[in-house]
Amino acid sequence: MSRFEYAPAPESRSIVKLQPSYGLFINGEFVDGAGSFKTISPASEEVLAEIAEASTADVDRAVKAARRAYEDVWGVMPGRERAKYLFRIARIIAERSRELAVLESLNNGKPIKESRDVDVPLAAAHFFYYAGWADKLPYAGFGADPRPLGVAGQVIPWNFPLLMLAWKIAPALAAGNTVVLKPAETTPLTALLFAEICQQAELPPGVVNIVTGAGETGAALVNHPDVDKVAFTGSTEVGRIIARAVAGTNKKVTLELGGKAANIVFDDAAIDQAVEGIVTGIFFNQGHVCCAGSRLLVQESVADQLLESLKRRMATLRVGDPLDKNTDVGAINSAEQLSRIKALAEIGSAEGAERWSPACELPERGFWFAPTIFTGVSQAHRIAREEIFGPVLSVLTFRTPGEAVEKANNTPYGLSAGVWSEKGSRILAIADQLRAGVVWANTFNKFDPTSPFGGYKESGYGREGGRHGLEAYLAG
Amino acid sequence: MPAKKKESADSVASATRVTAGATVTAPRLAVRKTYKLFIGGAFPRSESGRTYVVADSKGHFVANAAQASRKDARDAVLAARAAFGKWSGATAYNKGQVIYRVAEMLESRRDEFAALEVPASEVDEAIDRLVWYAGWTDKLAQVVGGANPVAGPYFNISSPEPSGVIAVVAPATPTLLGLVSVIAPAMATGNTVIVITDAPRVAITLAEVLATSDVPGGVVNILTGSAAEVAPWLASHSDVNGLDLTGVADAKLALELEQAAAETLKRVRRPAAGLDWTADPGLAPMTAYLETKTVWHPKGM
Amino acid sequence: MTATISPLSEVTRSDAALRTFLHGLPGVDRVGADARAAGLGTRSIKTTAKAWAIDLAIRMVDLTTLEGSDTPGKVRALCAKARQPDPGDPTCPPVAAICVYPSMVPTAHEALRGSGIHLASVATAFPSGQAPLKVKLDDTRAAVAAGADEIDMVISRGAFLSGRYLEVFEEITAIKEACGNAHLKVILETGELVTYDNVRRASWLAMLAGGDFIKTSTGKVAPAATLPVTLIMLEAVRDFLDSTGRKVGVKPAGGIRTTKDAIKYLVMVNEIAGDGWLDPDWFRFGASTLLNDLLMQRTKLATGHYSGPDYFTLD
Repeated sequence: MSRFEYAPAPESRSIVKLQPSYGLFINGEFVDGAGSFKTISPASEEVLAEIAEASTADVDRAVKAARRAYEDVWGVMPGRERAKYLFRIARIIAERSRELAVLESLNNGKPIKESRDVDVPLAAAHFFYYAGWADKLPYAGFGADPRPLGVAGQVIPWNFPLLMLAWKIAPALAAGNTVVLKPAETTPLTALLFAEICQQAELPPGVVNIVTGAGETGAALVNHPDVDKVAFTGSTEVGRIIARAVAGTNKKVTLELGGKAANIVFDDAAIDQAVEGIVTGIFFNQGHVCCAGSRLLVQESVADQLLESLKRRMATLRVGDPLDKNTDVGAINSAEQLSRIKALAEIGSAEGAERWSPACELPERGFWFAPTIFTGVSQAHRIAREEIFGPVLSVLTFRTPGEAVEKANNTPYGLSAGVWSEKGSRILAIADQLRAGVVWANTFNKFDPTSPFGGYKESGYGREGGRHGLEAYLAG
Repeated sequence: MPAKKKESADSVASATRVTAGATVTAPRLAVRKTYKLFIGGAFPRSESGRTYVVADSKGHFVANAAQASRKDARDAVLAARAAFGKWSGATAYNKGQVIYRVAEMLESRRDEFAALEVPASEVDEAIDRLVWYAGWTDKLAQVVGGANPVAGPYFNISSPEPSGVIAVVAPATPTLLGLVSVIAPAMATGNTVIVITDAPRVAITLAEVLATSDVPGGVVNILTGSAAEVAPWLASHSDVNGLDLTGVADAKLALELEQAAAETLKRVRRPAAGLDWTADPGLAPMTAYLETKTVWHPKGM
Repeated sequence: MTATISPLSEVTRSDAALRTFLHGLPGVDRVGADARAAGLGTRSIKTTAKAWAIDLAIRMVDLTTLEGSDTPGKVRALCAKARQPDPGDPTCPPVAAICVYPSMVPTAHEALRGSGIHLASVATAFPSGQAPLKVKLDDTRAAVAAGADEIDMVISRGAFLSGRYLEVFEEITAIKEACGNAHLKVILETGELVTYDNVRRASWLAMLAGGDFIKTSTGKVAPAATLPVTLIMLEAVRDFLDSTGRKVGVKPAGGIRTTKDAIKYLVMVNEIAGDGWLDPDWFRFGASTLLNDLLMQRTKLATGHYSGPDYFTLD
């Protein structure tokens, strides 16, 4: 134990005013839903609020509201006016950023330093970025007079609740669509606070509708015949179901699904930064990241040294209270996810990989999993193939650049990849050969509103972010 | 389809021969072409040994075309996958040169297509379309990709890359222009292609053009026969990345194919019916099978 | 990163060998290093941890005056402050050392007698180092003879930047020898080395040559100490210990003025080199104004209200 013990530094919860219950946000108002469910803090299992569960009829009401708003107001509004609403929203997110960050960490379990420094600022930046597009669409390269699609049905995951909302809503609205968005079952609260932000921004009723619920609510939204566009971020398994469901319809679809990214470290890498990149790659957001660098491919000649450095670094990770400003790794989002992580970790051990975690005390209540690495992993192991979506890193080795590329691409996924080398030409050659939508060279897990994000192969299709992100919401 | 008693092109030619001092005028028997498949740059028969009768517009027998099977489809995927690495990695300039060479070869073989009853205007369009796509190979990346001004010390660039192996159901008409219009954009973007067509004579004659145009074997593979039979195997094949349903008129089949493609999240293109084949195709046929790859790198001294 | 060096003397046998070794050290990605340093800078150190850190920081201060206008009177006042930083609070610890020009060493030596506070002197033609080796050696010997038990030398940045690594190495070993029992702190002047790769190489060079401490800056060149540069140096001492078994200290100097800054450095020491370096024997702050801010924050923690500069001595 270090002599320098950091005293608890909790961010105050008082900035968040939780209501006992929340309704659905339809046509600019909070209304009752057919059923309800409880949402909790995964760090303590404390019930935070009662959330309305939208039935098929509720979803239908929301879609109708979105359709009316599209036809009467938003779809016909000049782009420059739409832009100003989005700028307003961006500003209000920034103004209420601390409140959003605390609420996000409370409901999701992620460390406050991440919600404060990554999720919320990026969400505001996304609205700011797409706001500027609203009156410049003819310059986006999708025709002289690109038209919106209509009503977008959007289903988002629990790993970046507010940020994924921003990735979905900002481009949709900028392009002139109206939306019905379903937040993840376990993390509805920031979306509902966002609904309040829409009210503060005086966004016309029906332009944004938020329907809370579980898979059935999502299915009702995706399958609604009056939805013109389906945007989904989540598992490949559900992505397949959606792709199948919309087959034969005229719905435009974008899917941002799973991944099993390789993070390739060459022997000439800037080792200290590579170690940071590995840590950021897999332990950022408890590894609940579709583009997480969950497979470390390290060149054999530096493997031992690198692993020693990695373990030393992992020993400094602070796991615990998400609201503590010094927490590096927070709570696993749900009991269900925790059991999945545990099951795959057990499989890793059973398959003969060597498991290691730094000594760390986990809280008794809530859902926790210590940062873990598996060494001696081969491509044949399930932990090298299946997305664990948790703080678990599989370490593999390679001998030549060709072998690294082959192993990196040897997966049905193709969302992201990392490569670490101080040799420029090697970086560019490897980046060329990696079959992944985002390649982080000498960095990892960086995001920006201007930078397109999305996968190859079974990691989905379509891009979010940048000019490319508009395409999903425009007819062409 | 039963062919009528023949009086087709290959028997009308006649020749004058001198035999044993006597001059006899007898019809010369033409050498017919065997219409096989085009896989991996070669012209194999269907592994199934099956053929089907092809007639000309008057209903006269002209050929027993190879009828592709699911195993031919499987072989075509293998060939297309094997060709993908090199073709996708070829320089854009090189791909443009190769496609332009296809246009040259097509121009020089106009008569063959005329003999197959392809209107001259359609041949013109097909050649011009190839030239159009030949010019796109080294421009598309600049049009659909570029630098992204991220808020940080990073170089960040997005560029288009091919999706991989694309299975295409070619439209029944226009035969030549339809084929060229579905093959060329996928090829120009660095994908490799498997085309299913029910126009064997035009398709295999086009294959001969491709085979003599520096197109590497396996970049374009042509399966003649029934889309209803073969396409489902390609739609459900895990090593196929994209599915072009342009030539599927049957809505039920299109739905089944799209559903099968969903299992491996294939990129599916289903253009609206009533396409004007002579109109500017726009970017959509190319961007349908492109992935955007975004590369980040820090900028520091 | 632990470079395996066996035996270490091999790498310094020629200019070429030394160059090969230094250029074989892993590169540093500037953006990544900056991000890591900034990330550590967001640690929130409160209450008991802060009180502990402030007292440690006070004990790590090399209270410094390096002005042309320095006089015995000024130096005596500084020594008094070093002994008793907060006259109103006897629980306040003394600083680690006083750091002065060689001409001020006799005065300081006298003023610090019996205090246990170290006496450091900048020698070797500080701050530019642009003097013949003989002059530098004489400068060093004079300071040690007058009572300095720590010598802060500057490296020849010109020689380093033009790749004459062996020359820099030999100069350091010569100075080290001239130090006798005095501890040698090697000032890299990182602001003139510019790149982090150079900082890493110069750190190893100084350690290979026998430096007891590596120090960022003279304080006369901007930028002086920064968090990322100190990060690189902390990595270097950590890796050097791993590969040689010899522990070297780190001293950022110049530009560290606030308690908040000092605590960021301590967090970095803790998480990069490890808590073995959280000790005045292994980590120092070269500073002058920092001390008063530490004292003000210390009072704030003890009394619960903010203090003002008039309540602390100006020396």
